[in-house]
Amino acid sequence: MANKKNLGIQYKKLSLGYRIKRDATKNYTLYLMMLPVLVYYIIFHYGPMVGLQTAFRDTRIITDMWTAPWVGFANFRAFFNHPWFGMILGNTIRISLWTIIAGFPAPIILALLINELKSKKFSRVTQTITYLPHFISLVVVAGMVITFVSAGSGGIISQAWAFITRTEPQYMLNNPSMFLPIFVTTNIWRTIGWGSIVYLAALTGIDPTLYEAAEIDGASRMRKLWHVTLPGILPTITIMLILRVGQVMTVGFEEILLLQNQLNFHVSEVIPTHMFNRNFGNTDWGITREHTGYTSAIAMFNSVINFAIIIVANFICRKVGETSLW
Amino acid sequence: MIQRKTFGERIFDGFNILFMLFLIVVTLYPLIYVLASSLSSAGDLARHRGILLWPVGNINLAAYGRVFSDPQLMVGYRNTLIILVGGVTLNILLTSVGAYVLSRKDVFWNKTFSKLIVVTMIFQGGFIPLFLVVNAIGLLDSLWALILPTAISTFNLIIMRTSFAAIPESLSESAELDGAGHMTILFKIVLPLSKAVIAVMVLFYGVFHWNSWLHAALFIRNENLFPLQLVLRNILILNQMTDDMMAGDIHGANVMEIQMTIQYAMIIIATVPILCLYPFLQKYFAKGVMIGSVKG
Repeated sequence: MANKKNLGIQYKKLSLGYRIKRDATKNYTLYLMMLPVLVYYIIFHYGPMVGLQTAFRDTRIITDMWTAPWVGFANFRAFFNHPWFGMILGNTIRISLWTIIAGFPAPIILALLINELKSKKFSRVTQTITYLPHFISLVVVAGMVITFVSAGSGGIISQAWAFITRTEPQYMLNNPSMFLPIFVTTNIWRTIGWGSIVYLAALTGIDPTLYEAAEIDGASRMRKLWHVTLPGILPTITIMLILRVGQVMTVGFEEILLLQNQLNFHVSEVIPTHMFNRNFGNTDWGITREHTGYTSAIAMFNSVINFAIIIVANFICRKVGETSLW
Repeated sequence: MIQRKTFGERIFDGFNILFMLFLIVVTLYPLIYVLASSLSSAGDLARHRGILLWPVGNINLAAYGRVFSDPQLMVGYRNTLIILVGGVTLNILLTSVGAYVLSRKDVFWNKTFSKLIVVTMIFQGGFIPLFLVVNAIGLLDSLWALILPTAISTFNLIIMRTSFAAIPESLSESAELDGAGHMTILFKIVLPLSKAVIAVMVLFYGVFHWNSWLHAALFIRNENLFPLQLVLRNILILNQMTDDMMAGDIHGANVMEIQMTIQYAMIIIATVPILCLYPFLQKYFAKGVMIGSVKG
């Protein structure tokens, strides 16, 4: 015991510089291996963060992100004063909130229901099948949605909708009021199964003796769900929710971009699609192209808000509950 | 302890099973519909309304013939295969090397590395600044632009590190005593012991490359470098058919009708490779996600 203590003291006495040096000689092959990984992160993850400084430059004539003239906050002002700013921000928040409200609980509920299935085989089959949409490309999903809500022969959803509402089948994506329900439903269809995996994993981690104890106390199935199961997966739910709200400004933008058309544009244009369309979009829709300084300003605006939300969400979770990201 | 189920519980179990069946139908039916439509005759399909479980008219592969006669689609396939093989190789190499270093406990700078890497999950510049970077290093209009920027997924790196860290240290220690270098330990000991997690990684990265379209839309202008999904997008979403597809006798069906079956056939062609692989890898990837979610 005394010996161990002595060793501990001795170790502490080694200076930081010595430890770094000893580590460098001992592990230099490991650092050499790590080098390409670090280079990758520096170029493709920290590079874009540096690239965000373009937000303060006028890149209309000189497009280079290093030499274009500085313009201060002009690009930000241009975005905030954009005639569509209110509309775009409103769409982003509306679509994001609905996706969270309807889409976030869905995989949790699915995991709880799968957990209640008695037959292991049926439960496995259900899981295998519901994971499937995760592996289908967004382009294909959007292509299928476009077909199913079309007015033509493939429009099985519009036909069903027309039957219910006693109207003629129409191309539902052209109807602005249908865009949000279509997007949110598609999003749930695509993510419900895959999203349930983490919760199912958390459910298997719950100590079975807790259920036994609850049973001895005469708890019903609902009681067990409420007092054992839900608290058991609460940490996972919290972490997933923090990560999810940190994506609020990003929404499901690739999917939106694919489902967007000229007629639903004013309800489907969100901040990231605005960025995409201003630099790469379809000019036939009356979109004017903008310089990358302008879109970088929006990118910065978005990243900062996402980051702030995640910080605040994490702070709240740490104060209120026991789990947080850090 | 065997309990008699109450009436309410029976009802609940019944409804639960019904709900799962409903979910299974909702998930699978779109694919069945598309498959049946792609094999239908164009004219009959256009007159058909409502549910479809089996091709209408004579079962035929005409739509597939038209799709495969399109050179643009073949170019898309070729490019996607190049990206897939090159990309996944690089993905697995870099991710396993990074995961190996990060899984070692005695490396002084590992904590710093981990922090630097995890920060990129929380704060992201977004696609416009990434475009600026790709542009600045001259990768625009090159397939490298679809391989290098996605060389490592941080999420996958964490999964792999967790899995490597679970391998008993004594194995690598004894190899080190025998004078093996780190590369030897990684390739001769760690990787052969991690077949399951590598299978998961190949699946995740492979599916990502197969399905990805946004980076191509941002970085690629040259049509000869379009990957499959971008070609698909032009045909499915933007409705741009090529003349090659519409060439030849169209048997009295009109152009719109032919287009529909072509679109169905394309969806099937783009999805089938994944659907074929999927059942075999299913047991692995659930495990993979769980490893990641436990430690995250």
